[in-house]
Order: sequence, then C-alpha cells, then structure tokens
Amino acid sequence: MDFLERFAIPHPSFLIYGAMVSIALTMIALVIGITYFKKWGYLWREWITTVDHKRIGIMYLLVALLMLFRGGVDAVMMRYQLSMPDNTFLDSQHYNEVFSTHGVVMILFMAMPFITFFFNYLIPLQIGARDVAFPRLNALSFWFFFMGMALFNMSFIVGGSPDAGWTSYFPLANNEFSTSVGTNYYMIAIQLAGIGTLMTGINFITTILRMRAPGMKLMKMPMFTWSAFIANVIIVFAFPVLTVLLAMGTMDRLFGTNFFTTDNGGMDMLWANLFWVWGHPEVYILILPAFGLYSEIISTFARRNLYGYKSMVASMVVISVFSFMVWAHHFFTMGQGPLTNSIFSITTMAIAIPTGVKIFNWLFTLWKGKIVMTTPMLYSILFIPLFTLGGVTGVMLAMSAADYQYHNTMFLVAHFHNVIIPGVVYAMIAGLTFYWPKMFGFMLNEKIGKWTAWIISIGFVLAFIPMYITGLDGQARRMYTYSESTGFSILNMVAFIGAGVMAVGFVLLVYNIYYSIRYSPRNIGSDPWDARSLEWSTHTPVPEYNYAIIPQVESTQAFWDSKKNGHELFKGKIEKIHMPNNSGWPFIFSCIFFVFAFSMVFSMWPVAIVSLIGILGCMIYRSFEKDHGRYISVEEIEETEAKLRGDQK
Amino acid sequence: MNKKIKWILLTMVFTIATVLTGCEPLLVLDPKGPQAQTQADDIMLSIFLMAGIVIVILAILIFVLVKYRASNQSADYEPPHIEGSPIVEAICIGIPIIIVIFLSVISVDSNYKVETTPEGYEDQEPLIVYASSSNWKWHFSYPEENIETVNYLYIPAGRALEFKLYSYGPITSFWIPQLGGQKYAMSDMVTTLHLAADAPGEFMGRNANFSGAGFAENTFDVTAMTPTEFDEWVEEVHETAAPLTEEKFDELLEPGHLGRSTYTGTHLEFAPAPEHNHGTTESDSTNTEDVESEHEHHDSSSTNEESDHSNH
Repeated sequence: MDFLERFAIPHPSFLIYGAMVSIALTMIALVIGITYFKKWGYLWREWITTVDHKRIGIMYLLVALLMLFRGGVDAVMMRYQLSMPDNTFLDSQHYNEVFSTHGVVMILFMAMPFITFFFNYLIPLQIGARDVAFPRLNALSFWFFFMGMALFNMSFIVGGSPDAGWTSYFPLANNEFSTSVGTNYYMIAIQLAGIGTLMTGINFITTILRMRAPGMKLMKMPMFTWSAFIANVIIVFAFPVLTVLLAMGTMDRLFGTNFFTTDNGGMDMLWANLFWVWGHPEVYILILPAFGLYSEIISTFARRNLYGYKSMVASMVVISVFSFMVWAHHFFTMGQGPLTNSIFSITTMAIAIPTGVKIFNWLFTLWKGKIVMTTPMLYSILFIPLFTLGGVTGVMLAMSAADYQYHNTMFLVAHFHNVIIPGVVYAMIAGLTFYWPKMFGFMLNEKIGKWTAWIISIGFVLAFIPMYITGLDGQARRMYTYSESTGFSILNMVAFIGAGVMAVGFVLLVYNIYYSIRYSPRNIGSDPWDARSLEWSTHTPVPEYNYAIIPQVESTQAFWDSKKNGHELFKGKIEKIHMPNNSGWPFIFSCIFFVFAFSMVFSMWPVAIVSLIGILGCMIYRSFEKDHGRYISVEEIEETEAKLRGDQK
Repeated sequence: MNKKIKWILLTMVFTIATVLTGCEPLLVLDPKGPQAQTQADDIMLSIFLMAGIVIVILAILIFVLVKYRASNQSADYEPPHIEGSPIVEAICIGIPIIIVIFLSVISVDSNYKVETTPEGYEDQEPLIVYASSSNWKWHFSYPEENIETVNYLYIPAGRALEFKLYSYGPITSFWIPQLGGQKYAMSDMVTTLHLAADAPGEFMGRNANFSGAGFAENTFDVTAMTPTEFDEWVEEVHETAAPLTEEKFDELLEPGHLGRSTYTGTHLEFAPAPEHNHGTTESDSTNTEDVESEHEHHDSSSTNEESDHSNH
C-alpha cells in the first residue's frame, strides 16, 4: 500500500475524479475500437514507425489540437472561477494547478507542436526536398515530445499537478513549498519534450541549409522557410539553456543540490534569469513562423508578391538577435537598479522597430493588390490590428518604471494573450485552413470558417480587453479569488463570457473539420487557392517522395512563375528515388525513456536504473544497426504519378 | 454582414478604451504619491501615443482593404510586382525609431526618479520600514521607532519612505498601487523601494507575486496620517503593545493567515535582514551585527549594492 500511496492525488476533487473516469473510458474505447477494426497493424506500420515528414507533421497536429482543448478547458475553468467574487468553484490549490498547467500546456504542448507541424509538413515541400535531413531523428524528436506531453498530462491523475506557475520560480518550486510530485513532473516532462524540440531545431537547420532545390538561393526561399530557419536557429541557441536549467531544478528537487536554494550559496534569482534567457527567445520561436505563415497567406490572397522581402528577412534576423537581449524585462522589479533596467527597457522597445517593419510590409503587400477575403485571409487581416494592440501594450510594459505598476497584474496577462492569440493561434488556424487541402485533398468549409474567425475574435476582445482595465485597477494575476469590494467582478464576468464565446469558436473549428470531411467536394485539384510558392506545385495528396522530379527554382515564388511566366519547374526525367526505411526504434527508445522519466518523477530508483540500462542498450543497438534505406523504382513512380494526374481530371 | 460585425468590434474597443481613460479612476491611474504620479504620467502618455499608432495602422488597413478588394476591381486587373522602395522602408523604420527614442528618454528618466527619494521630499530623513513577507503575511518593522506590526502599515504623509524588502519563503512582491509600483521581496537579499504619500488616506497593499496557496489573501492595509498622528500612534504602541519575543515571532512565521497585530521591539534584533553582498561572506557577520549602523551603510551605497547583485 505504501508503494501505491505515492501515486494518489494530494488534492482530489470531483472534477479530477470525473476527468480520471473520462480518460479511462476514452482509453478503453480507443483500445476496443482499434482492436475491433483490426487497425493495430496499420497504426504500427503507417504511423508509429513512420519517418515520413508529412505523417510526423500530422501527428504533431493531432497532439496540438488535443492540447488546445485541454488548455482551453483550463482557461474556461479559471475564467469561471474569477467571474464572481468569492467563487468556490475551485479552491486555491486547485486553481494554482490549473493556471500552472494551462501555461505549460498552451506554450509547450499546443503552440510548439503546432509550429513543429508546419515545419515538418511544409519545409521539405517548400524547398523542393524529399524529406528532412535526418528522417529518423525527426521521428525520435516527435516521440520524445509525445512522451513529454503524455508524462506532463499524467500529472493530474497520478501524483498531482505542478502548482508553482508555468514559470515555476524557486524557492516556491522547491520541496519545502511545493510538496507534491507535481513540480518533478514539470521538470522532467518539459525536459523530455525540450530535448525533442532541440533535435527538431538541428534537423531543420540542416534541412534548410543543405537540401534546397537547385537554384533556390537563401534569398529565394519562401518567407515561411526563412521564418522557420530563424526560429530553428533560436531553438538551437535557447533550448540548451532550458535543458541545463531543468536539470539543475531536477537535481535541487531530487538530489538535494543547492542551485536555487536561498542558503548554502544557492540563488533563487538564478532560476528567474535562466528561465527567461530561454523563455523570451521561446516566444519568438513561436511568433516568427506565425509571421512566415501570414506572409504566405497575405501575399497569396492579395494576389501580389510579398512587399519588402529583404527587409522582412532582415527584420527577422534583428528580432532573433534582440530576443536574447531582453530577458530581464520579465523582472524589472527584482531590484537590479535603474541602470540595468534602463538598458533592458531600451532593448525591449527596440524590438518594436523590426516588428513594425513587418506590419508595414504586410500593409504594403495589400496595397495595389486584388484582395480575396478567404478564411485564412480573414484571420490574417484580423491579426494585424489585434496584434498591433498587443504589440503597443508590450512597448508600454517595456517602460520599466511604469512596469512596476503593470508587473504581475492582469494587464500583463492581457498583453501576452493579446500577442500570442492573434499572433500565434490565429496563424495556426489560418495556416491549417490554408494548407488543409494540400494535406487532405478537400477544403474546410469557408462559411463556417469565417464565422469561426469572427466568433473567436469577438470572444477574444471580450475576454482580454477587460483584463487591461482590471490590471490597472490592481488585480494581481494568479489570484484564485477576490472580494466584492475590489470592484473587479463586472469586468471579470465579461472576460468569462468572452472565454465562453471563444470556446464556442474552437468547437466550431472542430465541427468544421467534421462537416467538411462529410460534405466538402473532393475534386479540387492541387492548387485550390491559386497560390504562389513551391509546395503547391506537387500533387494532392502529396506522394511519399514529394516530387517525382526535383524542381528548378529561380525566384521566391517559383510556382507562380511557372503558372504565369512560363518558368519550367520540372526538367529532366524520372529517376529512381532513395527513401529512408520506417523504423520502430524511435518509438521503443522513447517508451523506455518515458519509463525512466516516470520513475524519476517518483524517485523509484530501481526502475530508473533498469530503464537507464535499456536506454543505453537502445543506443548501442542503433550504433551498430545498418540501414541504408530503399529505392523506389522508376516504374512505381510513373504509376503513382499517372494515378495522381488521373485523379485530378 | 462581416462589415457590420467589424464595426461592432471597433465600437467595443473604443468604448472600452474610453472607459479606461475616463470615468472611474483606476487605482494605478489615481496616484496618491509622487512615485505613483510619475508612473501614472508615463502610463497615460504611452497610452495616448500607442493609441495613435493603433489608429494609424487601422486606418491604413481599412483604406487598403476597401480600395483594393477584388470585388471593387475589374476582373482583368493584374496586381503589379513591387519589390519594395528604400524611401518608404526608411520612413517605416525611421518613425518607429523616433518614437522609441522619445519613449526611451522618458523611461530612463523615470527609472532614476522611482529609484531614489521622491522629488520634493529630500529635506527630511526618510522613514525606514523593513517589510518582510512570510507565508502569507507581511511584517513591518520600524527600527527607529522600535515597533513592529503585522499586516498593516501606518505611515506619515508628506515624508519619504524607504522600504527594505525581504522574504521568509517564496519570492513576493510588495505593492501599494496608489503610492507606487511594486518590488520583489526575496529571502537572500534586501531590495529597496522608495515611496511617499502626499496626503493622509487609506490604501490597499498586497503581495503581487504568486507565492502559493494563500497568495490571494496576502494583503495589508496602509494608512497614511499626519506626522503628529503618526508620532502619537508610535507612543501609544509603546504604552500598550507587548514586546516581540523570538518565540512569538517564530509563531508568526508559521504558514497561514493572521489578522493585524502590534508589538514593541522588532524582529531585526534577533533575526536580522539578509543585507549582504552575495558571495562576500566576511561582510555578512559585520553587516548584520548592528541594525542602526547598517542603515547608514546602506543609504550611502544602496545603488552600488544593487548593481552588484545584478552582476551575479
């Protein structure tokens, strides 16, 4: 019994028990369903062992959508709790767990896989490659990320959720003040997912630098590829900081080291500094690919080339450098003194300059265009004013003296949601709608799509604009309750209604997928949007080798040139194609890692040691494994091509 | 129909913006002290400037959307290929640079203002109050007056205040919105916050930084009174309150919420504040011996000390 007790939830409630039951039922239903339809083999052969960048991308997408709803439920619970003064829906411990997991889930397990989905699906297609540079590493990245996600989400049914905020500042996160295993989950699950992301970064930098189609010079890459390249460079510089930070935090919690303790020479401020040395670049890792997607969409539906391509690239490079020079603005109030604060205040405001350049370039792309208001375009147009609002409040926060008043208040919460939702989430939905026909061969319904965009936007304004006001009225963030005399209740009720409206919007998004699967026409060809860049030049559905013949590229919008200016994309004849073999190794390796991580969370040393041996065994096996991939014969390619061409007629 | 929704959206944004700037005074925008005044001025200035930027962007966006919609153009219109113009882009970079320089000057100036004794209050010695947090309470020690209070703060109006902040536990943040912005209280160093109240009044104070289960209720009441009233109160405390013993203080540190209480003597005598430079252990023992001499040392070198911390 003693052994099992550690897995109990320290603060159980009906909500958690309800969640446990529903998770258990879903799992059972899934297993029964897969067994009944005899899909285990299919699942193993086509998905779990796959090294195809398109399928890995789609798996990232599934996780991202799932986590969007998990984090979304957390969000609605928080807004409901605060919609009335002295509400007793959640107690303080439960509320603390909810906002801690909301932050981690939305940033690391929703936004990150969503952009990684776009990296995976789009980059090889946009640069005319057949896969990423290291396909098996790519599968390993996904499974590491997946296991991290699974481990983190287990926390609230086994052992307790993290409760020290998504920033998990020490000493609050040490064993004395955060007594459940929740923070162990935080340290180890994010570590696992973070290593996956780091490998993704290395993989895509290599892919973009080494595997571009002939003629595609760096300054002829599509804008999304550029943004993804810079984001991956930031990943490679920023994520090692997170890895080290989490390792230090894990050791403090499990092995009694003193990195972040307040005596014995430890320093709690070190956590805050290192966390944001990673954390601030992290937000640019999210927003730059989003900018890339907006660039693709706006230029497609303005029916014009992207205005100021060079300044777009330059501004992203400048942003990436500055993103490492602003971290202290997350704690102007730590007492660094006016000189340090002034420097970080100025560097922070300076980021607004390259970001402003991008906004103006999008506006000038619309200028003299021929604007078609499709769903992806609607999101992009709504993004511009809403994101500008979030951006300028960021400049306000950058004024460090005034930040003493904004810090830790709802004003800050409103600001970062105001940049992340219109900035990243809109881009993700817009990009999903835009590339949906490329992935699945049918369009999402435009009418439902536009309704969704408006509903989410109205919900967004209702949910977050009131927070700017309550923040200036003294409502601190992360308070689970407030008294009626504070006068926060009306605006918090408005925010709850807004959250509800947003929830309706996201449900409508899923309904749209269901509706379109059933009713959307299938014969839409491979270029339904009349798009411009290379990824639209291959067939829909995309064959596993992407391009039968590697395309020749002469400009940033090679496909447009081939449609309008007679540029010949595919020269030469079909040759046999070398492709990587599927492998179960990344999945098995990650599963053993999962066992190791889980046993670390609960300090079960024997299991940890055994699984560590398993990990070493897997690595040794991989070192001696010989796998030179396989060839797809010319006949097979020609057959596939003919079939795909025939399908389109 | 879409247009209609857009206008509803815009009207809402503007109504809310009007509420924000007008009508009911929000705590932060209703300053009662010089530091909060500096910050509220910065905030209002930046709100107007930023509102201007948002309106310009919105105007350009609406203009291009209306003018260049496909439905407003002939079917055979073919948008031109435009690479970009150095002059236009120089303007797009130049104007933001000017705005950022302008705001930087204001920001730096305000930084130095809020980090020193407030302007116009230099003629008197500041009142020094050690404010320490424990889960989930605030302890206010007045070393010169030799008294200590829990969860409430009495201060003389019209005199500069110097708060020495530290924590018995997680990082907290000491915040009285109407007197000025917040600063962290941490357990391994002391931070200094300069405030002052213009006139007598009652204010809300709280810990603004998440510190665990009892965080939401981690508040304190602030009463600013005339200097005479303050002196009377100090005298009254000396006559009526019990002395703060080490046992009593340990009891107060236990996690939980407490009401107000008052003591003579301060915990600084037996549990000194962690005022030391990190890494220089030899100064620890000397610095923490004598609370009185400690102040002088700190008043003269507080800026140096703070920059030392940031170098770690």
